[in-house]
Amino acid sequence: MTAGGATATGLGGHPAAVAIAKRIGVRLIAGVGVLWGAATLSFIALHVTAGDAALSTVAGQGANPTKEVLDQVRRDLGLDQPLYRQYLDYLGRLLHGDLGRSYQQRISVSQAIGEQLGQTVQLAVAAAAVAVLLAIAAAVLTARRRPWRSIASGVELTLSATPTFVIGIVLLIVFSFTLKVLPVSGNDGPRALILPTLTLALPIGAVLAQVLRAELEEVLEQPFILTARTRGMRDTSVRVRRALRHALVQIVTMSGFVVGGLLGGAVITETLFVRQGVGQLMLSAVTTKDIPMVLGLVVFAAFVYVMVNLLVDIAYTLIDPRLVTR
Amino acid sequence: MTSLLEVAGLKVAFNGTSVVDGVSFTLERGECLALVGESGSGKSVTTRTLVGLPGYGARVHADRLRFDGTDVTGFTDRTWRRVRGARIGFVLQDAMASLDPLRPVGREIADPLALHTTMNRAARAARVRELLDSVGVPEPEVRAAQYPHQLSGGLRQRALIASAIACEPELLLADEPTTALDATVALQVLDLLGSLKGNHSGLLVVSHDLAVVARLADRVAVMKSGRIVETGTTDAVLQDPQHPYTKALLAAVPSAHAKGTRLSAVERPAASASVQDPNPASEPDGKPVLAAVGLRKSFPGPDGVARVAVKDVSLTLRAGETLGIVGESGSGKSTTARLLLGMETPDAGEVLVDGTAWTALTPEQRRAHRRRLQIVYQDPLSSFDPRYTVDRVIGEALGVAGYPRGARRRDRTVELLEMVALDAGYLRRRPLELSGGQRQRVAIARALAAEPEVIVCDEPVSALDVSVQAQILDLLADLQERLRVAYLFISHDLGVVYHASDRVMVMRDGTVLESGDVRNVFTDPQHDYTRELLAAIPRLTTRAAPPPTPLGV
Repeated sequence: MTAGGATATGLGGHPAAVAIAKRIGVRLIAGVGVLWGAATLSFIALHVTAGDAALSTVAGQGANPTKEVLDQVRRDLGLDQPLYRQYLDYLGRLLHGDLGRSYQQRISVSQAIGEQLGQTVQLAVAAAAVAVLLAIAAAVLTARRRPWRSIASGVELTLSATPTFVIGIVLLIVFSFTLKVLPVSGNDGPRALILPTLTLALPIGAVLAQVLRAELEEVLEQPFILTARTRGMRDTSVRVRRALRHALVQIVTMSGFVVGGLLGGAVITETLFVRQGVGQLMLSAVTTKDIPMVLGLVVFAAFVYVMVNLLVDIAYTLIDPRLVTR
Repeated sequence: MTSLLEVAGLKVAFNGTSVVDGVSFTLERGECLALVGESGSGKSVTTRTLVGLPGYGARVHADRLRFDGTDVTGFTDRTWRRVRGARIGFVLQDAMASLDPLRPVGREIADPLALHTTMNRAARAARVRELLDSVGVPEPEVRAAQYPHQLSGGLRQRALIASAIACEPELLLADEPTTALDATVALQVLDLLGSLKGNHSGLLVVSHDLAVVARLADRVAVMKSGRIVETGTTDAVLQDPQHPYTKALLAAVPSAHAKGTRLSAVERPAASASVQDPNPASEPDGKPVLAAVGLRKSFPGPDGVARVAVKDVSLTLRAGETLGIVGESGSGKSTTARLLLGMETPDAGEVLVDGTAWTALTPEQRRAHRRRLQIVYQDPLSSFDPRYTVDRVIGEALGVAGYPRGARRRDRTVELLEMVALDAGYLRRRPLELSGGQRQRVAIARALAAEPEVIVCDEPVSALDVSVQAQILDLLADLQERLRVAYLFISHDLGVVYHASDRVMVMRDGTVLESGDVRNVFTDPQHDYTRELLAAIPRLTTRAAPPPTPLGV
């Protein structure tokens, strides 16, 4: 008899669990490397670029600080130390989870991020959800269905090629200024979230839809799809309940792109709609050369990235059991 | 009583290109009809049309298309869905690709039950176990929870059949149900399909191989270019084929012909292709070009325990001869080939190329030696860069063989193409623009570029239709005669090995069970396993009178 092939599961979940643990372990080590790289590169970038942090720290409206004041500030901030000293101090603090104190706001960077995070997370989660849902709907409904396929594809191409701020402005003109159904700016209530969410979601969703459709069309060519149909399943169920799961692997793979798009887009969107959030924080930190704040935000963003990629890795094994036992 | 299936004047076209052009046949209850033809003959599209799924963008017309007396030409998708899976079951070719890789097979089998019956979850699970048991899957409980990639090819195909018969359909369609399987497993699956054919149900089998369906079918319809060219009882068609195409198909079956006979009706490539023939009338016992002594190799399995893939394999290959290695998947034949080619290092034993051991060579010497050994794979498509033209594929191999870029290389490329019976017109084509047979020819030409002494052919014709397979086997024989190249011919198909080899080695679980002159091994097998393999060769025996074959065991 042909009794081969069963060995993988015959051994139980143990080696599989070990394999997954090993993968996660390797990823974690790599993640630490990524964090270190992000911290170091942004440290270098901030210190070699022009501008005096001490000056911009004390320079308020019309202030004209004396050299003594500036030196005092430099001493307080540690800017008088040699660069390698500053770097090592910074890394040491980072190892203890201390992101430092903001030059501008005079509070710890972690606290500043913590205060602003809620609003941005709200926006980002809403936008990610909208983007993925729009992409899935567009892909499932139009894959391999001519005229619709080309129409949807054209719209997606336009959206993904349009800068975020242009989309935001167009949405503002239509819904806020002309139809007057949605607020122009602010953080109050869910209604204020709608336009920023769409602004952030549309370009990301458009790219996802393109990728998802291509993937879905490939999956729909597979023999097991034909088999499912020969069993009497309807086309729509086959798409949603069979093909989509295969195509979703692509979406999971692209979560890195999505998170990147959300972080970058949040800066623009929050500025455009005058919303509080991490994006605004980032913008003001960069313009005032608030070094600890910028570094903290970069490290924080890298941390989010690493975590997302780790989750993606785990999600793969849940979606595709072959990755565990192959 | 009405026929189970009545088809008259069925035409299917895609974008104006006719694929099925006026096909007519009937299938009675309790009968098995085989639709035989090459890839592209329209047989698969015909079957798919019978469940209302001819494919994207198809235009279907039929004078009459009746299932159980009901006209199905006007069926909407909604009406079709009540028939598919419930009254007509469909088994597709490759169960690896035809079962959803992300779902346990038990859930796949339960699909038709969920769609067409009112059974609850527990009842479906029980039925799935019953079905798996009935198609000969051991430990149904365990298997139902496994994913397709965890099952062997035979078990997968059985599971796929179980899903097709879940609702006890009256008509079972099977499209190449055994093509992806090892010979002995294929035999079991064919017998399973035969046993499913009851008094009230019919079976329609589609295959490119007449010998395969001969075992199963009551009647055969031979298809070519979208038309049925010959139809009749299996005995009649096999014994007394009327159409030249049927005759060609029958002649192409390799198992019935020993080495030296020709399988295809194609002209030999013109001898004018100027190839320097080193020693045309050399002695039959050439010098040993490749030898192995006591090869042993093991690999660590997923659990960390080493599995022995090859143990104590010794062989000698002489210039101008063909040594066949036969065995099923996992028998160690491909690992043996990799060891011989120096792509793996043996744990014990030695490989000698022209009397020199691989291990005794420096890396540079190995590279020079490697040119003397070339390989042709089963699927050339995956061994070509899809963006390369034929010119570049062969040119690159010539570059490695020491031909500088320029006119000489160009001439040699054309010469090599002529040797494999392709002309210079193919130079600009890319792999995807070639047929399976043409691709294999290019792969052979590439292997010949280095003027090797040995070509390892790893399942070189397993992915090809029988008639194309015949042409490639003939080509290999011609080239051997002219160039005195030695072949190591690896295949799971005993019939092919019988036809292609002088000597044969039967392998199982990494060991050589039996070896010797191909005729001796085939007519007087010493080992039970060899006998089992021989019995599994699809043969053109009919119930009336078996034609005289040298394999009459």
